[in-house]
Amino acid sequence: MSLSDADIATILLTLRLATTVTILLLIMATPLAWWLARTQSWFKGPISAIVALPLVLPPTVLGFYLLLAMGPNGAIGQFTQALGLGTLPFTFWGLVVASMVYSLPFVVQPIQNAIEAIGNRPIEAAATLGAGPIDRFFTVVLPLAKPGFMTATILGFAHTVGEFGIVLMIGGSIPSETRVVSVQIYDHVEALEYAQAHVLSGVMIGFSFLVLLALYTFQRKRKAVGMTYGR
Amino acid sequence: MVVKTGSLKVIQARFQLSYAKQAKAHFNLDLDIEIPGQGVTAIFGASGSGKTSLLRCIAGLEKSTSGCLSVNGELWQDTSVFVPTHKRSLGYVFQEASLFEHLTAMGNLRYAIKRNNQTAKPELLEQVISVMGIESILSQYPQQLSGGERQRVAIARSLLSQPKLLLMDEPLASLDNTRKHEILPYLERLRSSFNIPILYVSHAVDEIVRLADHAVIMQQGKVIAQGGVTELFSRTDLPLGVSNEVGAILDCKVVEKDEQWHLMRVAFEGGELWLPNVENKQNTTQRVRVLASDVSLTLSAHSDSSILNVLSGEIVDIINDQNPAMTLVRLKVGSSYLLARLTHKSLQKLGLVTGQNIWIQIKSAAIVR
Amino acid sequence: MKIKKWLGFILLSAFPLSLEAKPIQVAVAANFSKTMQSLVTEFEKNYDYQIALSFGSSGKFYAQIKQGAPYELFFSADQAKPEVLQQEGLVVAGSRFTYAIGRLVVWTVRPDFANKIEIKLKDGVFNKLAIANPKLAPYGAATLQVLSHLGLFDDTQARWVRGENIAQTYQFVHSGNADLGFVALSQLLGRKNMIEGFYWLVPDNMHQPIKQDVVLLKRAAQSQGAITFLDFIHTEKAQTIIAEYGYITLNGGQE
Repeated sequence: MSLSDADIATILLTLRLATTVTILLLIMATPLAWWLARTQSWFKGPISAIVALPLVLPPTVLGFYLLLAMGPNGAIGQFTQALGLGTLPFTFWGLVVASMVYSLPFVVQPIQNAIEAIGNRPIEAAATLGAGPIDRFFTVVLPLAKPGFMTATILGFAHTVGEFGIVLMIGGSIPSETRVVSVQIYDHVEALEYAQAHVLSGVMIGFSFLVLLALYTFQRKRKAVGMTYGR
Repeated sequence: MVVKTGSLKVIQARFQLSYAKQAKAHFNLDLDIEIPGQGVTAIFGASGSGKTSLLRCIAGLEKSTSGCLSVNGELWQDTSVFVPTHKRSLGYVFQEASLFEHLTAMGNLRYAIKRNNQTAKPELLEQVISVMGIESILSQYPQQLSGGERQRVAIARSLLSQPKLLLMDEPLASLDNTRKHEILPYLERLRSSFNIPILYVSHAVDEIVRLADHAVIMQQGKVIAQGGVTELFSRTDLPLGVSNEVGAILDCKVVEKDEQWHLMRVAFEGGELWLPNVENKQNTTQRVRVLASDVSLTLSAHSDSSILNVLSGEIVDIINDQNPAMTLVRLKVGSSYLLARLTHKSLQKLGLVTGQNIWIQIKSAAIVR
Repeated sequence: MKIKKWLGFILLSAFPLSLEAKPIQVAVAANFSKTMQSLVTEFEKNYDYQIALSFGSSGKFYAQIKQGAPYELFFSADQAKPEVLQQEGLVVAGSRFTYAIGRLVVWTVRPDFANKIEIKLKDGVFNKLAIANPKLAPYGAATLQVLSHLGLFDDTQARWVRGENIAQTYQFVHSGNADLGFVALSQLLGRKNMIEGFYWLVPDNMHQPIKQDVVLLKRAAQSQGAITFLDFIHTEKAQTIIAEYGYITLNGGQE
């Protein structure tokens, strides 16, 4: 049993979605994580809680509220319509936005932890050596927080690939637009097409295993190097 | 943009700073000082006295609520001016080395060179590397270095930005005694090789007497005394650390070397001392530390004693020691001062009073620099 | 001492009916949930049995039943799955019958579409058309037949948004994201308050009847309660309730 064209289309769409979401999330989450890691502000608590909220709500429930919010009468929908973009549900970019909400904590938290672990000291040291704020970020914070960024990238990507509930709610299962692998597998199962479901699930598990294996191999290597460095 | 103002060769600092370190303890820094714009100035005080806060204010790492700072004629902070840290021409050596872990030792040095906006002489890098003795470890990563090596690289790094002021925040505090003694000679070489004013924060008297010319003594966020190190450390009215470490400091000149007995005669303002000879070709001046516990007093001069150094002086002050059995006696010898630590019992037995002339026996004196 | 007492209490409450008759385990397709609740209320008034209802998608129930789930009756949303179960020998012979036939409506919440739904559909004046996934939901399959019948299949295809089930299709329209949607009449009538929006009842000659079958599972062949409940579904009282919720009934007519 091999993959059908429809199955392959869902795989390609899923990869496109996960890549887009991961890149956008890294760009967006980095300043947020930076702020959360360094602020003394009273807002830190509430903002952290909001970032973590997608962990709490069942994805279908989150999807339901996003469907309402992004709809023509919802706040986001009103906004996107005012911008002349129409509404987001049933579009690729709607899935991107929803997936970003859903995967946000998985990207923000590792980066935040990594920046917190760096602490103030190296940043202050760089300042005393004449490095300005942007210089410090790119030459000190980014390289030192690299493991956190790696983890954030992998988690954000993997989490988007595996996401189902939200896509189900706001996707509308449009081929090559919103029908991703997880939905396709669900359809196969519901239609009692177990053989196709097995093949597609197998591909997804194999792919995810390789990605995670790469991550952990990379991390173990770093640790091993660190150990020979240590005294 | 750096505005030129104030007088040259002096650091004028006025800071007021108030914040809650923890919810309960409010910390206030409130000082207005002038520090010599050359040589090594020690900032001394117990932990929590505000030494580090002062240094961080000078570096611009801490924003004081109100403050004014000018360093050798450059205005760094005023009511309307706040030069950010990265635009202040300073070097900062932290308690722990704070090297960039992702760069090699050489990478760390290059980081400073790249951001040094003055055109550095090409030989500066070589000079710094050789003064700090780090030639052999340049290709290693910080994790591969010992604590002492890391700190030497950090000091070298701070020198490579050619600072107008070098701030050192207890650079030896995180090292064990062996490492500390391994690094002290490098700090002495740093002082003599580079003409940079250094502010050296420490609560270790032995480091200060060895390195500093000038000292600022802090307590609870305020400056309680400042002046020459020799003068300050023979005072009895200052909280200068644990009582068995109290001692006077004398800056001496070598006047005679006795090869037969391996001794040398040194002179200070008001007297002379015999000390074990040290092979020291270039230095004719010696800083000598005489601990108060190594000084005893007699009413008459004994020639039948094993003690080599006997001076005559006057009692100028008698105060109680932290230990209830002991007293601290301040003695004037010529224009210099010595301290003696005696028991109350001896004090009463000899009937010692202020203004009395007395013979002073010195059991040992350490050359500290 | 105290702990023992509590432990006893917890154990008792965990198996309260272990000595009495167990409730009848019934799996019900989600679209029939409201109707079923009314049916159970009526049933329990008249019979000394208790019924435990599980709602979900028929596909999941099928998979669970095959893996030994403890259901006694299975009210499917279609005929296909009960048929497969029958072929696989998991069903009491002769127990399968059509308990309800669904009615399809085209529904909108746009006030300006009132009484013009058929025209709007045919003229293609709408942003999206919500349909149930034709592969999974019988209502979806029927929807495609209607669109073919109206000659709208190709023209509208680009604007279909598929709900995984008929409930999700309902949400797409209800949230205003789709102007029009093919949903079940029972979904509109099943709500206690007034019907929201406007609908056009699709003539049932435009599609194959949406037959929903129930089966008595083999494991419950001896379950007096399950058999009694199945008999109750055939009664006129039960058929009236089902009809009130917008289904056509066969008046107990077995296939």
